[in-house]
Amino acid sequence: MLRVDAQARLGAFSLDVALEVPSGSCLALAGPSGAGKSSILRVVAGLLRPDRGRVSCGEELWLDTARDVDVPPERRRCGYVFQEYALFPHLRAWENVAYPLRDLPRRERRRRAIELLERFGVADRADARPRTLSGGERQRVAVARALALRPAALLLDEPLSALDARTRASSARRLGAVLSEAAVPAVLVTHDFSEAALLGERVGVVDGGRIVQLGTAAQLAAAPASAFVADFTGAVVLTGTARRGADGLTHVALDGGGEVASTDPAAGPVAVTVYPWEIALARPDAPRAGSAQNHLPVEVISVTAVGNRIRVGLAAPQPLSAEITDASADALALGPGARAVASWKATATRLLGR
Amino acid sequence: MRRTGWFPVVLVAALAVVLCFLTLPIVAIFVDTAPGDLVRSLGDEGAREALRLSLECSAIAVGVIVVVGTPAAYLLATRRFPGRAALVTLVELPLVLPPAVAGIGLLAALGPNGILGGAVEDAGLQLVLTTAGVVVALTFVAAPFYLRQAQSAFEALDRTWLEASRTLGATEARTFLRVAIPTAGPGLVSGLALAWGRALGEFGATLMFAGSFRGITQTVPLAIYERFSTDFTGALALSAVLVGVSGALLLAVKLLGGSGWLGGAAR
Repeated sequence: MLRVDAQARLGAFSLDVALEVPSGSCLALAGPSGAGKSSILRVVAGLLRPDRGRVSCGEELWLDTARDVDVPPERRRCGYVFQEYALFPHLRAWENVAYPLRDLPRRERRRRAIELLERFGVADRADARPRTLSGGERQRVAVARALALRPAALLLDEPLSALDARTRASSARRLGAVLSEAAVPAVLVTHDFSEAALLGERVGVVDGGRIVQLGTAAQLAAAPASAFVADFTGAVVLTGTARRGADGLTHVALDGGGEVASTDPAAGPVAVTVYPWEIALARPDAPRAGSAQNHLPVEVISVTAVGNRIRVGLAAPQPLSAEITDASADALALGPGARAVASWKATATRLLGR
Repeated sequence: MRRTGWFPVVLVAALAVVLCFLTLPIVAIFVDTAPGDLVRSLGDEGAREALRLSLECSAIAVGVIVVVGTPAAYLLATRRFPGRAALVTLVELPLVLPPAVAGIGLLAALGPNGILGGAVEDAGLQLVLTTAGVVVALTFVAAPFYLRQAQSAFEALDRTWLEASRTLGATEARTFLRVAIPTAGPGLVSGLALAWGRALGEFGATLMFAGSFRGITQTVPLAIYERFSTDFTGALALSAVLVGVSGALLLAVKLLGGSGWLGGAAR
């Protein structure tokens, strides 16, 4: 179990976090850049000393500012994968991996390093210098290096963001396998919610140096605690003013025009959130069918293919987006400037106080 | 036809003027020196003594500068502390000090009546008018060249390399030796070359602090100056030798640095 509790002033913003990660579990910290995610990793690794705090891993106490305990980074055994991987440019790939194994004879160090590189499928690049490796190869060497000292905890800072879209998917799978195999607490930092959802058992959304919500990715997506979290998880966020309706639903007059209903109770200024895949599109003249209570006349701004779905950017007049199937997009003959009606259920509409 | 603006012409002309002005004196030394004179000057006992002294003293000075200067530059480059900017300026000050002033300063500090003169004497050291004094003078004038270069080489390092090394179980000292020095290698080597060049050419401070005694403190620049009034041909020949030796030394240092001798630190 990795336990972190830290408060620090870092220039203009302050960090205040508490988290617990059991062995064999991965906590993904997601949030925009500059939110303080990397600082949390640095506190765990001992590269950043907070003003107040306590960090422990298993039986080991790494930091306790109250008792003036501060174990230096080299004695914490944190397997840290840095954002740009931070491979040593003057060492070959295998020498990078062997760097932590300094007490062994050279022959043994090389054998162990090659073994690790083999596990990641890059043993053939063992004698290459980092600058000649591709992004994906660098990442694998960096992960192998972080595992070489049998770390007590794994810290990964944006391990996938330096990769191109093609290598990212396979790399994420491999990383997932590494994390579950390592059987140590792992903390992963990412600015991409889908990456966090993929690799983290739990996801902490970080904003302004704080963990604003913690839960499984599904929990965060289903019940975002704030408009920020909703927006971050990919939901559409609209603003408006809520009042209780006679039908038992809450009606929200949207800023800029339009009205939507929700089953959530609320009053006053609210953020309305709904996921793009909950929104259906129809022609303006089509009869209103189905159980959707919310209908907004919209104008199509953009049409983008996302995998086998189509993401349609809309103005209503607040911007929102719908994710629909290829077939329905074809049937509607959507294009920028086209008029349509966006519909979704009151039960899919979350209201969050502003 | 493409119209060429006037500005590129100005740039090329400026570079041509700079090149002519800077290389002409060096070329002239070699053009004016008859090969026979060159050989004769090398056969001269005084000249050989001067050359030996120059090489020995500058090598010791550069050795001291590298051993003490490298960790000092690392500290200046990697730590932020109050008064750091002032410290950096102090370290660079000898760069703008006229050599004569450096000589006077060394005398006032370490001479028999200097502020540390007593301590130097008690330690059984004789600096003024001795070979050791030459080393002190060379170290003083050449050190800032190395420190400056080493500091900027360390500042240019990716900080995450140093941090990665720490998380991989290396202490700060080991990180300095195994990551910082090899990766800053090319910068350190070019600093070393600059400092060595400066030490080989040192004249004013050495003359004032250590004097100009054949075989004891007379380095090549001092020997050239001594000959200058009586034996211009000899002075010219010795100058050619000094240019050749410094040029070869700097070239060798640069080649060694670039060839991965320091762990092939090229990125």
